[in-house]
Amino acid sequence: MSSNSFAYSEQSGGGEAAELGQEATSTISPSGAFGLFSSDMKKNEDLKQMLESNKDSAKLDAMKRIVGMIAKGKNASDLFPAVVKNVASKNIEIKKLVYVYLVRYAEEQQDLALLSISTFQRALKDPNQLIRASALRVLSSIRVPIIVPIMMLAIKEASADLSPYVRKNAAHAIQKLYSLDPEQKEMLIEIIEKLLKDKSTLVAGSVVMAFEEVCPDRIDLIHKNYRKLCNLLVDVEEWGQVVIIHMLTRYARTQFVSPWKEGDGLEDKEKDFYDSDEEQKEKTDKGKKPYTMDPDHRLLIRSTKPLLQSRNAAVVMAVAQLYWHIAPKSEAGIISKSLVRLLRSNREVQYIVLQNIATMSIQRKGMFEPYLKSFYVRSTDPTMIKILKLEILTNLANEANISTLLREFQTYVKSQDKQFAAATIQTIGRCATNISEVTDTCLTGLVCLLSNRDEIVVAESVVVIKKLLQMQPVQHGEIIKHMAKLLDSITVPVARASILWLIGENCERVPKIAPDVLRKTAKSFTGEDDLVKLQILNLGAKLYLTNSKQTKLLTQYILNLGKYDQNYDIRDRTRFIRQLIVPNEKSGALSKYAKKIFLAQKPAPLLESPFKGRDHYQLGTLSHTLNTTATGYLELSNWPEVAPDPSVRNVEVIELAKEWTPAGKAKKENPDKKFYSESAEEEEDSSESSSDSESESGSESGEQDDEGDSSEESSEHESESGSGSEAENKRAANKNSKTKGKSDSEDVDKENENSKTSDSSNAESSSIEDSSSDSASESESESESESRKVTKEKENKTKQDRNPLTKDVSLLDLDDFNPVSTPVARPTPALSPSLIADLEGLNLSASSSVISVSTPVFVPVKTHVLLHRMSGKGLAAHYFFPRQPCVFGDNMVSVQITLNNTTDWKVENIHIGEKKLPVGMQMHVFNPIESLEPEGSITVSMGIDFCDSTQTASFQLCTKDDCFSVNIQPPVGELLLPVAMSEKDFKKEQGMLTGMNETSTVIIAAPQNFTSSVILQKVVNVANVGVVPSGQDNIHRFAAKTVHSGSLMLVTVELKEGSTAQLIINTEKTVIGSLLLRELKPVLSQG
Amino acid sequence: MIHSLFLINCSGDIFLEKHWKSVVSQSVCDYFFEAQEKAADVENVPPVISTPHHYLISIFRDKLFFVSVIQTEVPPLFVIEFLHRVADTFQDYFGECSEAAIKDNVVIVYELLEEMLDNGFPLATESNILKELIKPPTILRSVVNSITGSSNVGDTLPTGQLSNIPWRRAGVKYTNNEAYFDVVEEIDAIIDKSGSTVFAEIQGVIDACIKLSGMPDLSLSFMNPRLLDDVSFHPCIRFKRWESERVLSFIPPDGNFRLISYRVSSQNLVAIPVYVKHSISFKENSSCGRFDITIGPKQNMGKTIEGITVTVHMPKVVLNMNLTPTQGSYTFDPVTKVLTWDVGKITPQKLPSLKGLVNLQSGAPKPEENPSLNIQFKIQQLAISGLKVNRLDMYGEKYKPFKGVKYVTKAGKFQVRT
Repeated sequence: MSSNSFAYSEQSGGGEAAELGQEATSTISPSGAFGLFSSDMKKNEDLKQMLESNKDSAKLDAMKRIVGMIAKGKNASDLFPAVVKNVASKNIEIKKLVYVYLVRYAEEQQDLALLSISTFQRALKDPNQLIRASALRVLSSIRVPIIVPIMMLAIKEASADLSPYVRKNAAHAIQKLYSLDPEQKEMLIEIIEKLLKDKSTLVAGSVVMAFEEVCPDRIDLIHKNYRKLCNLLVDVEEWGQVVIIHMLTRYARTQFVSPWKEGDGLEDKEKDFYDSDEEQKEKTDKGKKPYTMDPDHRLLIRSTKPLLQSRNAAVVMAVAQLYWHIAPKSEAGIISKSLVRLLRSNREVQYIVLQNIATMSIQRKGMFEPYLKSFYVRSTDPTMIKILKLEILTNLANEANISTLLREFQTYVKSQDKQFAAATIQTIGRCATNISEVTDTCLTGLVCLLSNRDEIVVAESVVVIKKLLQMQPVQHGEIIKHMAKLLDSITVPVARASILWLIGENCERVPKIAPDVLRKTAKSFTGEDDLVKLQILNLGAKLYLTNSKQTKLLTQYILNLGKYDQNYDIRDRTRFIRQLIVPNEKSGALSKYAKKIFLAQKPAPLLESPFKGRDHYQLGTLSHTLNTTATGYLELSNWPEVAPDPSVRNVEVIELAKEWTPAGKAKKENPDKKFYSESAEEEEDSSESSSDSESESGSESGEQDDEGDSSEESSEHESESGSGSEAENKRAANKNSKTKGKSDSEDVDKENENSKTSDSSNAESSSIEDSSSDSASESESESESESRKVTKEKENKTKQDRNPLTKDVSLLDLDDFNPVSTPVARPTPALSPSLIADLEGLNLSASSSVISVSTPVFVPVKTHVLLHRMSGKGLAAHYFFPRQPCVFGDNMVSVQITLNNTTDWKVENIHIGEKKLPVGMQMHVFNPIESLEPEGSITVSMGIDFCDSTQTASFQLCTKDDCFSVNIQPPVGELLLPVAMSEKDFKKEQGMLTGMNETSTVIIAAPQNFTSSVILQKVVNVANVGVVPSGQDNIHRFAAKTVHSGSLMLVTVELKEGSTAQLIINTEKTVIGSLLLRELKPVLSQG
Repeated sequence: MIHSLFLINCSGDIFLEKHWKSVVSQSVCDYFFEAQEKAADVENVPPVISTPHHYLISIFRDKLFFVSVIQTEVPPLFVIEFLHRVADTFQDYFGECSEAAIKDNVVIVYELLEEMLDNGFPLATESNILKELIKPPTILRSVVNSITGSSNVGDTLPTGQLSNIPWRRAGVKYTNNEAYFDVVEEIDAIIDKSGSTVFAEIQGVIDACIKLSGMPDLSLSFMNPRLLDDVSFHPCIRFKRWESERVLSFIPPDGNFRLISYRVSSQNLVAIPVYVKHSISFKENSSCGRFDITIGPKQNMGKTIEGITVTVHMPKVVLNMNLTPTQGSYTFDPVTKVLTWDVGKITPQKLPSLKGLVNLQSGAPKPEENPSLNIQFKIQQLAISGLKVNRLDMYGEKYKPFKGVKYVTKAGKFQVRT
């Protein structure tokens, strides 16, 4: 958080944030603040003004321009405050563009981004599933760590949503939350587990994606869902199919025994061409050793087969790799046809598919042999495709088709694409070594190429011929002579080096030519490439050993040249050779064996496919394409020796019957459809009813819920109707208690109001300044100024109206299925916005009716430095929170400032100068202090309305001569006022603040820290809360309300077995709640 | 999965970037530019590039590079296929997938990308759903928008995404109910010097244009379904019906879409409708050569062959060509060395030919290989494989639709080696 970082350094980091703060204030008084903006900011001034205009069209234009800037990669982050205000815009396009902006910049402007959270929280309860879903999408895309608990709650809630679309988005959000905060893993796995059980095809792909990202090793979560996933696969959307297939491939490799016969894999690689034999063998083998495939294994293979027909290349490739890795070898053949079909696609798809085919064709030639001609190269193919095709053709070459292939290669060699021609020559070389029948033919062909006009072709031919000759012990004097002649014309270093090596190796076969070659190269030695120089040295050494009479001097000369070469490799080699071959007194025993060392029989090189090593990567993966392990690559395990218990995949009988019959699929779809359409109707109904019948809606919507549920799934009908009636009973009981509680609270209510009127003049005067404060404060002031005029009846009615509704939510939550509840909970759009605000205001006053502010339990004496004496030129200031209700205003937190004069002279006229406050924040300053004696100190108090946020209040502390910029950032615990309430009231209020409004965490600490006094002491030290008397020893309750809005803040510490405890916070102000949770957690867990 | 997307034009400017997770700096594209430089030709830029912290997967479409940034293992085809789907969507929305079109509609592009991916995982890729969410721009609409201030973003929320048939939107209504099918077959062939076929196969597609109200359930049957060897389906087709009865049964998307693509079994002999007589020769030690090609019909099943064009990539040493066509017109681009001969229709009475001289760079060695000829042609009202649609039935709706089937045969990758 940037605001923390600039607490003391105004010049460096502080500048930017201070400006931002000012931008925010500029919305109130645009004229005053402008002078301070840098010129860079002025550029976007018109955009800012457009965003602040009242016209949607101007806002839209501004947003479009901003999105244009984002798209070009220009920085538009300075507009953040102006943009974020429009997050609640009614215009759907503006809203969407604001979302785009928010997601892009929230990470950089975390504090300001928090302002938008409440909008999404509201939208999460919208009756329209698409709005809920998009709210979740954006909320979870805002990468601000502080909202992790809110995201967690939202995901939890959405994962139980009635709409499969919302659940799908919940699955997406899981990955986002995980990448933001990996510590949430355990909780996320729980949600994944729940979502994996989901029967909707919409959800399946996304949740498996989340599974792969978060916990790919938790294979045990798949067992129970394995059969369902196999059966659903065909109906899942295409992107989900890819992910599921890859996951199931890994699963199958851990759960089933190999369908391949023993040692098949190895044998297969060696004997490439006899694959018709192989199949036969497999059959006989099957006869010998009875292998029965697990029916689940078979199910997977069967249910993926239709997907080979998909139009999506990724799906086809995924199925192909599944067949390759887990199907019996005799069945894998069907994938080749589909893969070949993909070759008609664009070049990128071709590239990947050809790579995979290349790997496959090394191991199992037979698969692609019938499609040999599909790999013929066209002159219009890009080079990389040509080379891959060539690779496959080489792998497929055998005695039967080599003649056709060689004819084809002849065309390729002549290609204008020289890189491709060179690759073809390599290929011919490989074919020649692999198939002994054609070695001679190939060699003659290659020799013909030596007379080619293109140097690259000739050079490549030389290199290949060198390799071929090495394999053939037969005499090839003629070819060598021919190549020696080439040395005059050829300039490519590799080729020259190859020729020299070849002559050196065969120097005894061409005794006349070899010394002559050495003579020529000795002349040109200095001008040669390093590679060639090394070979000249080699040639010299070999000739010196075999024909020292003719070449002794020449070799000496070359060795001398090499001694002074610039390249140290060559100097090194020269020294080595000289010691080895030239006899002198120092040369050791080795020189006797020099001949053996230099002219040993060298093993022929093995010409291998570059795709040979790739088969250990799973096909179709990024790692396979790159031939290196990519980050996040999951190794495919080997088949287990013995299959793990297959019964883990058994599901309860009813479901089994439903899922096992393939024909049952069509039937299963029907109830699904009905289910969707009904849920839509239901939503409409419920929203209507809640708007129409205000007082009755509670009970009515309850009935609807029951109806909806029972039709939802007939199989669970009985159990559900049971729970439904139970819920009804509970509801009735609750109603009773509510009416009772109401009558209790009424007189308290009155009192409260009376006390408020005295403050109202103050509050009202401040609310005039506060023109653009957030809705909460608006409703607050409204409720104060207007609600008093409203009759008691209305208040009662709304209370009746709202309370049973919220009650519904919690009841259904307990039962762990959460159907239409959320839509009903919100006031419907039929009510005008002002009325909603009204209701909210009433609700607040109603909730505060049962509570009264009490005195603080404990006042910590900890002070914070406001101004250090070093930076304050001798004036030091400290502040602390006295935890007293503020006398300056109801919404303010009182702060006491102690000023010390450490100088030797009088400090005069201490007062507060310019204030830089975030939007909505207010401050009541202390009266100027005329003078402060040396060594004197004075304590003054002031009030700050922090608007229930932990944003920093910056202002200037001025003396007669100087101004010092200082900040006060309140700890979250100081934004509260303690509240006294009974345990019963606490429980009641807590019951109304469940779901989204609840955050919780688990604390682990030593038992001695869990005594009630320790807990009490720790909690009240951090936060200004009141203690609620508790009937149970293991539960501690604390209550408070936020200073600004008066929302309740209920803290519960519930001790569990062992040394854990659960910390629960219930509040409407979820941001503050989660902040408090974060503050409390470390304090409680530390010793 | 997909972290970010950069759109890069041919001259190497990054003109659009979009991030779905944390922002990845543009500098990551430097690795791509490096690879591009190394590849020399745009066609040869490797689709997958590994950099120290990221992986770049790119496609090249319509002179634009779509470069996506990946951080962890993902099937590369998944990304490639998705990027092509993005390009298809642009094409669909703006009529062309070009830099200018994207720049003009940058807001719509951004809105589309936002809907298509969530956290890098595809969310809505069906064009029907996208069109409901974000209306494509039209001249009329942009005029109306500027006057009334309404927007391109649909305020009705799409229902398709929530249903079991995500490709079709609800509440489709037409006054004229029509269903058209185009059976388009392409012949891929390599013909060698002597005129014999090295390799030939038929690839076909059935494109549909369906404008039917409500929720029609169609079934299309063929006279000779056995011909279809390898088929890939639009997701709307019920695979089980095809397996058991060889009938295409489906609830169609609204508008234009590709119903199936298929390959005709390679066992069948492919009829090659044209033949080419050619004699191209370059004289040793002289700066000219002779060029002579003639095209004639062969096995054309009594239909006229039209729209013939011949494209030849001449060797680099060719300076200019002086030719006379008996029919049509020709152009030779001395920079790219591409000869294009637009022939038109073949009339069997007088076979079209192109004859003349080739000027070579003096002193340069003669090219050793003759260039191969790429031929394009079209035959209306013929499916060269003999595939025939039998009937189209509609269930689920009461009205009587107007139905039509059209057959076309084209040359695909049709290459004659000389």
